[in-house]
Amino acid sequence: MARYFPHTGEEVRQMLEVLGSSRVEELFSDIPEDIRSTASLNLSSGLAEYRVEKELSRLSEMNRTGKVCFLGCGAYDHVIPAVVSALASRGEYLTSYTPYQPEISQGVLQTIFEFQTMMAELTGLEVSNASLYDGATAAAEAAVMALNSSAKADTILYSEGLHPAIKQVLATFFYDQPVKLEELPVQAGLVDLKALSSRLDETVAGVLIQSPNIYGLIEPIRDISGLAHEAGALSLVSANPLSLGLLTPPGEQGADIAVGDTQPLGLPLNYGGPSAGFIAATKPLLRKLPGRIVGETVDTRGRRAYVLTLQAREQHIKRQRATSNICSNQALAAVMNTVYLAAVGPEGLKEAALQSSAKARYLARKLKEILGAGIVGGESFFNEFTLDLPCPAAEFNRFMGEQGFLAGVDLKKLQTGTPGNLLTVAVTEKRTLEELDRYVAEAAAFMHHREGKRG
Amino acid sequence: MDIREGLGYTKTHEWVLREGDLAKVGITAVAAEQLGEIVYVEPPEEGSHLTRDEEAGIIESVKAASPLYAPLSGEVTEVNSTLEDSPEAVNEAPYENYLYILRMDDPDEWDGLMGPEDYRKFCEEEEE
Amino acid sequence: MADQVIFDKSRPGRRGFIFDPETVPGVTGTEGIDLRDLRKDAPRLPQISELELVRHYTNLSRKNFGVDVGFYPLGSCTMKYNPKVNEKTAGFAGFTNLHPLQDEADTQGTLELMQSLKEGLCEVTGMKEGTLSPFAGAQGEFTGMKLFKAYFRDRGESGRTRILVPDSSHGTNPASAHIAGFEVVELPSNREGLIDPAEVARHCDERLAGIMMTNPNTLGLFESEILTIAGMVHQAGGLLYYDGANFNAIMGKAKPGNMGFDCVHLNLHKTFSTPHGGGGPGAGPVLVGEKLSPYLPEPVTERKDGKVGFAPPRRKSIGRVSGFYGNVGVLVRAFTYLLANGGDGLTAVSEMAVLNAAYLKKQLKHLIEIPYGRKCMHEFVLSAQTLKEETGISALDIAKGLLERGIHPPTIYFPLNVKEALMVEPTETESREILDTLVEALKEIVALARENPAELKASPRNTWVGRVDEVLAARKPRVNHFSE
Repeated sequence: MARYFPHTGEEVRQMLEVLGSSRVEELFSDIPEDIRSTASLNLSSGLAEYRVEKELSRLSEMNRTGKVCFLGCGAYDHVIPAVVSALASRGEYLTSYTPYQPEISQGVLQTIFEFQTMMAELTGLEVSNASLYDGATAAAEAAVMALNSSAKADTILYSEGLHPAIKQVLATFFYDQPVKLEELPVQAGLVDLKALSSRLDETVAGVLIQSPNIYGLIEPIRDISGLAHEAGALSLVSANPLSLGLLTPPGEQGADIAVGDTQPLGLPLNYGGPSAGFIAATKPLLRKLPGRIVGETVDTRGRRAYVLTLQAREQHIKRQRATSNICSNQALAAVMNTVYLAAVGPEGLKEAALQSSAKARYLARKLKEILGAGIVGGESFFNEFTLDLPCPAAEFNRFMGEQGFLAGVDLKKLQTGTPGNLLTVAVTEKRTLEELDRYVAEAAAFMHHREGKRG
Repeated sequence: MDIREGLGYTKTHEWVLREGDLAKVGITAVAAEQLGEIVYVEPPEEGSHLTRDEEAGIIESVKAASPLYAPLSGEVTEVNSTLEDSPEAVNEAPYENYLYILRMDDPDEWDGLMGPEDYRKFCEEEEE
Repeated sequence: MADQVIFDKSRPGRRGFIFDPETVPGVTGTEGIDLRDLRKDAPRLPQISELELVRHYTNLSRKNFGVDVGFYPLGSCTMKYNPKVNEKTAGFAGFTNLHPLQDEADTQGTLELMQSLKEGLCEVTGMKEGTLSPFAGAQGEFTGMKLFKAYFRDRGESGRTRILVPDSSHGTNPASAHIAGFEVVELPSNREGLIDPAEVARHCDERLAGIMMTNPNTLGLFESEILTIAGMVHQAGGLLYYDGANFNAIMGKAKPGNMGFDCVHLNLHKTFSTPHGGGGPGAGPVLVGEKLSPYLPEPVTERKDGKVGFAPPRRKSIGRVSGFYGNVGVLVRAFTYLLANGGDGLTAVSEMAVLNAAYLKKQLKHLIEIPYGRKCMHEFVLSAQTLKEETGISALDIAKGLLERGIHPPTIYFPLNVKEALMVEPTETESREILDTLVEALKEIVALARENPAELKASPRNTWVGRVDEVLAARKPRVNHFSE
């Protein structure tokens, strides 16, 4: 059994003596009898470290991670430099608390300041916070900001092209609140601008879209922002941060707030978490940003120093009047993102984005031909595209799975009511040409197999 | 305790100076002291209409973000824009640096405010 | 060099990590993309070699204090040792290389882990079901409040809009209740630092949705009237929420489920040793009794036909609180801790946590005022109010004095119902000698407060930076290196 406390039996006895007690149980005497546990916990006994490792290893091996991954929809199998975990796992970063005492927390504070700067650069906006829980909750926080920026407007319009989980998180977040959430239809995979234009009025506080969206397509952010602003609403964009190494950032296309998930920037898949959400905005919205923010200042000797600032807005001071209840951020994940971005630099980020994009195009064109499939919305995608298959996506996935491929996401699994033949395929720079060609070969075999069965 | 004559006071530590049908509103020295160094002021919007006792903005220090409450009902005619860059002026001279001016809907509401003596007593009681 | 940001170290053309320059025949990465959608100016990310990068962040980390460095008696945070084996297991490729959208047949290992963890947490808390997806305690609270809302709406009791909260509660409690759409009523703690059932009774009417409490409370005192309070609240038709921040005090000793709580969140980054990481990622699983189970957000794991899977979404579910399944990497660490300790181990953890706190409190009793006389559990609160009145030295100055002596200060100015509060939680992983160093340091500081307070006002003088100008940071916020 593990023992992380140092006390020997003798030390316990001595400390009890100082307290004038003879038994540890006496320290719990304020717990009334009728609540006090009489039986011991019904859990197996603690295991020695190497047995724990063995058991966890056994569990990890029950997972099948050997297939080639073409799954996306919010989590991507990108290359992760070794420096990321090497630096983030340093005990001083890993085991520190929230930097409320700036004098001894300059490490975390400065690193997060650098994170904020990098996210602002990526999104083309002026201010970023220290991170939020994940991309989905960040989208909800952006909606809150938009609502708080308007005295009267109570509606958030969001695109059908949002990841279904974001839609669900929004619905849960605003459940039972005097806020209206309305979905805007897509037309050929993109936000229907006519529908948007006719719906916009003074009741709308913000328009929330995702770009690239769930089908992988790049949205006309500039047009959407323009329409939103004309109606006095804010433009909210959820973006894949790695795509911003190649694509024009939302801030340069009229977005007021950009959010997203930082998983593609140096974080492992980890079955969906932990990652970090980011939120960046125009300068006038700085004081409405939720969560923690690191600011630059000076110390008593005039040296540059970093400190958590604008804390009065946070829950621990505003209490009932807080605009958000978020307490922790995902600091360590943000540290990893910072190291990743510094390691790859602007050229590397562009390279990763370009390769992801090029390889996606290569695969898309071949699959279109081989499978006789359409590509939803055409070729205006980043590294993800959605195939309109001539068969159920589940059937294709089953076949490809047996050949060692995680071929793509069956969109019907993400949202019921979606047609069952839509398959969203993600390609990253990590996929080799050899893997792409094998995918194509197996897809051809699938078609052959299908025709054979029909014949 | 720095409490000035000739002003009306609220239980939420706002002071009001009556000038005809206009009312100049600020926060008292007691409030400024409680807040500590003020870092940001968010007054009500010019042209907006306030109802007495409703939340009319926020005043922020390093340790607290306190709501401002409307002492009277009326339309906000002017906002003190110098506080945007120099919020510390409120700490330096709370009675000389008003936050905003409103045109009173109902001059009778003025009677609902406390005078300097009553405000002093109120503050002393609050301290206990 | 020492004080530079990474951007200062950038040199045009320098590269750190290089990607395999694989070109794809016949296609470039920009085809099909509208020119206006292609980035013109590169983001100003640093251009730096790998060694420079490693030195920068290694040196930065050395300007940071962590549990691995020294004593961290932060009340309410449970800064216990983060076992290294947790990092090892969480790093197994079988866990890290798993995509969240893979078929359940592929992810049985992680699903089994999640289900077993949930079962273990239910056993320890006396609850029945739960969700592991909330990312932190605050999100757990938010989830719990949403569950309350759904429960009452389902019963046609949407008029139940009030949540009671002790005045000593953590700020996230009223904030979470408020964000979820409830009206918050603060209950005053009595002279003993506890919640008086009479105070609760005053609000037991048809507007009562429930009460949010932590037990032991933030003063480190066990709310001994909890069964009476629970009875009153349930009788009036309300529910009870348990903030698990202080759970380290009672594992194996008492269960929130047996105290009448309907909903519990645990902070795995506190009680279950997952690292704080400078402010996250953590995890705040929410565990419930029968009443609230139908409303749990998806996904909820379940055992079926010898496998583990995600149960179909409950008809009355409140929806989702996370994009995927929560901080799974954190769950792996917590499960590792659970296996390593077992039932006996967790009980011993609470016993030693309480022993350490009680010992420390005894040693400090005559040095700084302790406002409440009752036995403390895993933490206790000191008040520097008298010291401040006599010497001008505040809780903040004491904290800075501790920094100078290499000890992370206790939590200061919390809970709000104690003036000049210092909340001390040693945790079970500290030895007696370490506890004694805090006592010695405080003795020195109190003496200094009387003899030479100016020295304390100037501390810390030996840390990487001295006291910082928080007013400047808030008045003229600079949150981006490239802003003017």
